[in-house]
Amino acid sequence: MVEAPPEEPRELKTADAVRVELASRTFQTKRGPVQALAGMSLRVSAREVVAVVGPSGCGKTTLLELICGLQAPDAGTVEAGPTALMPQRDLLLPWLSAIDNAGLALRARGASRLEARKAAAPWLERFGLEQFERTRPAELSGGMRQRVSFLRTLLAGKPVLALDEPFAALDAITRQEMQGWLAHVLASEPRTVVLVTHDVEEAVMLGDRVVVMSPRPGHTVAEIEIALARPRRRTDAALVELRERALAALGVDT
Amino acid sequence: MRRALRVLPAAILLLALIGMWELYVDLKGPTFSLILPPPHQVVKALYTDRSLLWHSFLVTAQEVLLGILVATVFGCLLAIAIHFSPTLRRATYPLIVASQAVPVAVFAPVLAFWLGFGILPKLVVVAVVSFFSIVVTTTAGLAAVDPDLLKLMRTFDASRVRTFRHVEMPSALPGVFTGAKIAVAVSVIGAVFAEYTGSNSGLGYVILVSEPQLLAARAVAAVVILSLFAIALFALLALAERLVLPWAYRPREESPAWR
Repeated sequence: MVEAPPEEPRELKTADAVRVELASRTFQTKRGPVQALAGMSLRVSAREVVAVVGPSGCGKTTLLELICGLQAPDAGTVEAGPTALMPQRDLLLPWLSAIDNAGLALRARGASRLEARKAAAPWLERFGLEQFERTRPAELSGGMRQRVSFLRTLLAGKPVLALDEPFAALDAITRQEMQGWLAHVLASEPRTVVLVTHDVEEAVMLGDRVVVMSPRPGHTVAEIEIALARPRRRTDAALVELRERALAALGVDT
Repeated sequence: MRRALRVLPAAILLLALIGMWELYVDLKGPTFSLILPPPHQVVKALYTDRSLLWHSFLVTAQEVLLGILVATVFGCLLAIAIHFSPTLRRATYPLIVASQAVPVAVFAPVLAFWLGFGILPKLVVVAVVSFFSIVVTTTAGLAAVDPDLLKLMRTFDASRVRTFRHVEMPSALPGVFTGAKIAVAVSVIGAVFAEYTGSNSGLGYVILVSEPQLLAARAVAAVVILSLFAIALFALLALAERLVLPWAYRPREESPAWR
């Protein structure tokens, strides 16, 4: 059963596309309460790409669900424009072809199969997937599945994209390729993006700003501006230095 | 060739069992063969009574097929209703389970009283016995949808009905087939018992009237046909599932080489 989305005020009074102010969230589990977030704050301006890094289980997914309006904070405020989620696993529907998976958000809003395909087709071509339009997810490679999943999020037509560790399940080589691909797509299709990741290099490669979270209960411990031109190179000295700074903020010795 | 090797163990086992059966009846003597006919007599009955058996088979097959169809339609409808209403689930589940415990022989006469001696009471019996597995597997399929997928649909502003249409219903379809496949065996038994109670045709009727006439071989021949029918129906459903839901049937080793 899906309950109705929580009806908390989600309109934005500021220029920020996303504003999370001292948000806390605790879950009741069988082993007692677990606090996922404690006083988490985050601001994202329109068309800014903010990468959120943090150790495993620090409440990153909870943060995204708050931004998407799937959950409401116990304390604090969360304001965000309409947000589309790209989940951690690709969650493509196994019975749908790539093109029908990409158009799922349109169908969810009542578009016919034909309308959804018409809208998705030019994008599949742009993403280099035109040969795989009619291919089901099981026959797509991991990188292709993530591209279809990202396209599905994009076609939801929402100004804010919440990407939840989009490339975590990929092998190292494909992951690097996909990071380059995403940087390229966002350069030509600027969106407000909250990218959650545990990969510091991914964060500094893709973000305009990196927000470092503490272990659970999660809150912001550092913010690092990444004022580097794109396309970025992994080996660029400035980028490496910023990566080291982010790692230091996470408490990782390098 | 590989395929032939795969069915070999089953064929050897079957032949061995038939051989033992033949031997056992021969040792027991001719009187015993009136109770349990030897295989060669069954084969003979299959041939000499072929016209009667064929026509009876058509009657029973029709009852079973229509019965499973009715059960599938109503089973899916109830599963959907249960999926949307936990209250309905709590109200109906005990009754659905209880309906399985009632022996067909008890309620078949009542059905005959209400619905006469035509195909209708047999349909009801077959549908009632098949209903259970279809409801259970379909409900399980609907409930097993990944909660993250439901969340995703919420971020797409999908209505409850559209989430059902695009996500839950397709993921439950393999469950419908599983339920129907399980229902095959019980539905054949159900049809036979329904025919026992009030009919003048069908393989169940053949079994019923053959025994007192000391035509045990004919009765067993009818049973053989029923068994083969059950196997064929099961295989047919499995085939239909592969054709209708190819995405649900992917052998693991069959991954594309270019990946």
